[in-house]
Order: sequence, then C-alpha cells, then structure tokens
Amino acid sequence: MKTRYSFGGDEHIFVEVDEEMSMEAFFKSLSMTTAVRESKINGVTEICPANASLQVKFDPDVIKPDDMLAILKSLEANAESADAELDTRIVEVPAYFNDPWTRETLMRFRERHQDPSGTDLEFAARINGYGSVEEFIAAYHGSPWFVSMVGFVAGLPFMYQMVERERQIEVPKYLRPRTDTPKQTIGYGGCFACIYSVRGAGGYQMFGITPMPIYDPNQEISYLRDFMVFFNPGDIVKFRPIDRAEYDHLLGEVEANRFTPKIHDVTFSLAEFHNDIDGYNHKLEETLNGS
Amino acid sequence: MAVKVISPGLATSVQDLGRPGYYHLGIPISGGMDRLALRAANLLVGNVEGAAVLETVFMGPELEFTSDAMVAVTGAELPPKVDGDARATWTAFPVKSGQVLGFDYLKAGARGYIAISGGIDVPLKLNSRSTYPLGGLGGFEGRNLQAGDELRLRSATGGVKEGASIPQDLRRLPGSPAELRTLPGIYWHRITESSQRNFFEDMWEVAPEADRIGYRFRGGQVLEFVEREQPFGAGSDPSNIVDGCYPYGSIHVPGGTEPIVLHRDAVSGGGYFMLGTVISADMDLIGQLQPHTPTKFVEVDMQTALEARADRSHLLNAIRKALG
Repeated sequence: MKTRYSFGGDEHIFVEVDEEMSMEAFFKSLSMTTAVRESKINGVTEICPANASLQVKFDPDVIKPDDMLAILKSLEANAESADAELDTRIVEVPAYFNDPWTRETLMRFRERHQDPSGTDLEFAARINGYGSVEEFIAAYHGSPWFVSMVGFVAGLPFMYQMVERERQIEVPKYLRPRTDTPKQTIGYGGCFACIYSVRGAGGYQMFGITPMPIYDPNQEISYLRDFMVFFNPGDIVKFRPIDRAEYDHLLGEVEANRFTPKIHDVTFSLAEFHNDIDGYNHKLEETLNGS
Repeated sequence: MAVKVISPGLATSVQDLGRPGYYHLGIPISGGMDRLALRAANLLVGNVEGAAVLETVFMGPELEFTSDAMVAVTGAELPPKVDGDARATWTAFPVKSGQVLGFDYLKAGARGYIAISGGIDVPLKLNSRSTYPLGGLGGFEGRNLQAGDELRLRSATGGVKEGASIPQDLRRLPGSPAELRTLPGIYWHRITESSQRNFFEDMWEVAPEADRIGYRFRGGQVLEFVEREQPFGAGSDPSNIVDGCYPYGSIHVPGGTEPIVLHRDAVSGGGYFMLGTVISADMDLIGQLQPHTPTKFVEVDMQTALEARADRSHLLNAIRKALG
C-alpha cells in the first residue's frame, strides 16, 4: 500500500490509500478520516471516506492548498500506527433474493447485460464458479459485510464482504447503466455489494430486495427520525434471507411504522478477524442474535 | 404572500447556496449552479445573498403573484415579462398582486435566477432550502415545480430600489467556445501522453445529457489508457477504479469516450477514473452552457486556479459595491 495525494481542483484533496481494495486499505482510509475529523482543521468543509481512499473538501480562502496537504500527510503517520480496532455496530438486513421486482426490471434491460439469456444471479453464480444460484446466494448471506463507503446517491451503502480474497465475489457492472432500479434493490458491482436507497439509474447487477428503508428525507420512519440516512462507513451488515411471505409481512410492519432493524454494538479487531475469519464472523453473528 | 405556479417551465426548482456537510453520506451540496447570478439576483431585491430563489433552465415558468413584490432575473438572457410587458434582466422591477410574471424565449446562457423580495419560504432541510430531486430532499416537496404549486414568500426586509441594475461589465456568461479551466490530477496518469495532449487540444461540445448532476461533452478523440493489470475490486474496464469519492467539478470519462463534469447535485462517488477537476472559479459558467456549445478544457496550475478564485471574489465585491 502506497498512499497517493492529488488535488481535485482548488477545493479538494483526493487521498488514495491503495489502488486495490482490501480490509487494510479500508481500515487505513477510515482511520485517516477519523484523524482528520478529530483534528477539526479550520477550513475543512467535507470529509468523505471511501473504500480504499478518502477525500477532503476545504475552503482555499481559509487554508492554503499546500498547507492542507501537509496536514493530511502528517496525519497519515498516526493513522498507520493506530490499532486496527473499531467500535461499531452490526445490523441485520432482511433480504428477499431472486424477487419478482428486480427480476422484472432486469428483464426490461436485458440488452444492456453481458448475458442477455439469463438472470443477473445466474450470471454472477456462473462466473464466480458456483454450481447453482442457491449456493451463490448462500455464500452471499453466509458471511457479514463492512459498509466501506456511503454515497453515489443519498444514503447508499457500498459493502465489502468479510472473507478471504479467494472467496470474494466479483462481477462486472452492466455494459450500459439501466435507467431504472427498484428502491432498496440489493446489488453488486466489482467487489462491492450495495443497497439502492432510492429508485433510479444504476449499473450494478441485481440480486434481491430488502423491505427495510435506509433513507427517509421526511424523517417519519421511527429509526430514521434523528437522521435521514441509516448507514455509516464502518457499520457491519449481516443479510438474513427471507421468503415472499416474510417480505410481505415486514413491508406491512414498515408501512405501519412498527419495523425496527436488529442492531447490536460490537468492537471489531482486524487482527483477531484475520486469525480465524469464519470463527470471528460466527462470533459477530452470535452477538447480533444475543446468544 | 404567495406565488402560484401557472406553468413550471422545463425544470424549475427552489435553490439557495446549498447544503454542505453531508457529501460523505451521498447528499450533494446542491444549490444554484450559477452562484454568482443567484447572489446578484438576491442583492437586487434586497434579500440576503443566500436567500432561496427559483432556478429555471432553458424555458421560464409562468407565475401569478398574490401579493406585491420586487423581482429580479439574472444569469441567462431569459427576458422577463409582467402581464406580457418586457422587463430587463439583471434589474429589479415590481410585480403587483394579481400580475403574472412570464418569460420570452431564451437568448443566451441556460439558467435564469428569479429572486423575489423576501425569498422563497420552504422548510429548511439540513440547513438549506435547496432542492435535491434525486433524493426527494428540500425545496418544494423535494421536487421540481409543477403547475398548481403555491410558493409562500418570507417577509421582505426592505432596502429595495426599483430599477437597480447590475452594470453590464459585471455580468458573466460563457463565451464561444466556452473555456473551462482545469487542474489535471487524481487519475490523470491513467491516460497516455498523447491522450493528455488531445484532451486539452480537442474541441468538445456540450451533449444533450447535461443537468444539475453533471454535464456531458462529446466530439473529442477517444482517450487511450496506460496499460495495467486492473487492481482487485476496480472492475474490468481500463476507465474503472475502486469506487472512490468524486470532487465537485471532477471530470470522468467512462470508457474513455465522453467526459462528464460533475456539478452541484453530483453523485458523490463511483467507479470511474477522473482525469482532473474544473477549477472553482469556472463552476458557475458550466450552469450557463447550452447543449452543442463548443467547449475547450484549458490546462491551468494551482496558482492560476487560486488567482481566478480571487478574481471571482473581487467581481462579487464589485457587484455588492455597485448596489450598495
């Protein structure tokens, strides 16, 4: 990993922690983000962590670009020496895979896909070496995910699965982006999962849908009353597969404003995780389930 | 104290100076694309510079006033009319209760800023009245205006001089070709030296796909990428990167073909490389570009970018002084 700095015009500095994605690059970008935030540098207006990079927006009338750059570089050293531990939360997201709504949408845009003859799930299962769609879905929800970035559009989480690189799922994006994606679609592109927070354009493969709202600009949903965006970078997500009957039931609960997501506080240690990935993930899941 | 929307124009929205501080959650700054014009319009009608105005693109709305107010229209040459009688742009004029503010055809530029004394009264969302339609956030019910909407106005603070006008030499619209000064960087090294040269030498033109999220350009040569093995997680196309944050004004070239410059409603991040960023001083100009406008990207360094930024703030001070 070699950190690279570049100015984005006269108001931004782009910090690439690594060209490629890894848990280490994500942790370093998150820890630099925290360091920048805690430094409360006069003139900084936005601090945006991403998967393996971060971006700082500043007012060059308040702080000179070169001074801003020097401060960021000095903070990098601290970020490297920091223990890779994170106080965060694990969240259960109910997921209805292979649902009729994303299937209807993917059929409408089939000519924009690499494999017009099948579904996104069939394509992704095949190119990742799974024998069946069911096995692929089992791997998808079998291990938890880190929210490694929030963005693109309001409240959309990018998620990186907490498994060895050999087990990471990789899929290309659509050849040409769709003009429509159902709200709360569970998608995948590159090595990242996402949940579309709003209906709109999108290029990620579509695998399923969640009944759980993650963005509410009107702040009426009980758990989004304090803030309209649900996810933060660093959150851990565990998908729980549900069927049509449970999807319909949960949707009813959401509409009656009775649904609240299952959440538990956890401290994540990168070293312990690497020692025994499946064992550590299993413990996280037990914490979530309160056992 | 209200304004009724008889017809909304093409895409008219409530905007102020935007909503900084939430980009890390995918909520863009929004606000007027041409901020200088927005400030000038407010100053003309005696508002604070960041009061909420209407931003209208290509074709103006028709608005019926239910109370007396002062109005100014700046930005594009989109000539206002009161009950059919022409009024000047960049100049304060009264509209009486019962009168209708309409517009003639667009003559130059792309976006008009309609300031009304007091300012548009919509609820503050994350400290701003700006509309972010993609997220259904802010403005009038989170969307562009529709026929039948009724906009309330805040109480005017006074200090308005009928006929007050911004001198011609303090108004700004892009020339032809438009010139967008650009600081190369971020993933500039991903394209070959000859493509780096071509990008700045080629004449581009604004594509029809140009909105508040971003402006697309076409007509230049396809960019060639420096060969590499794609890093893990970046995706297979050479224009792909591991999804990162996008600066406002950053220039993306998906597949190396058509550059997109992100603007006030930018998507906050994604998986396309950026070759540089349009400098802050030239962001306003982009909002005034019509489709098919020939455009050159002009390479500058940081020093030039900061000087241009200083010029821009001198211009704003000159406007304040001209009206003070």
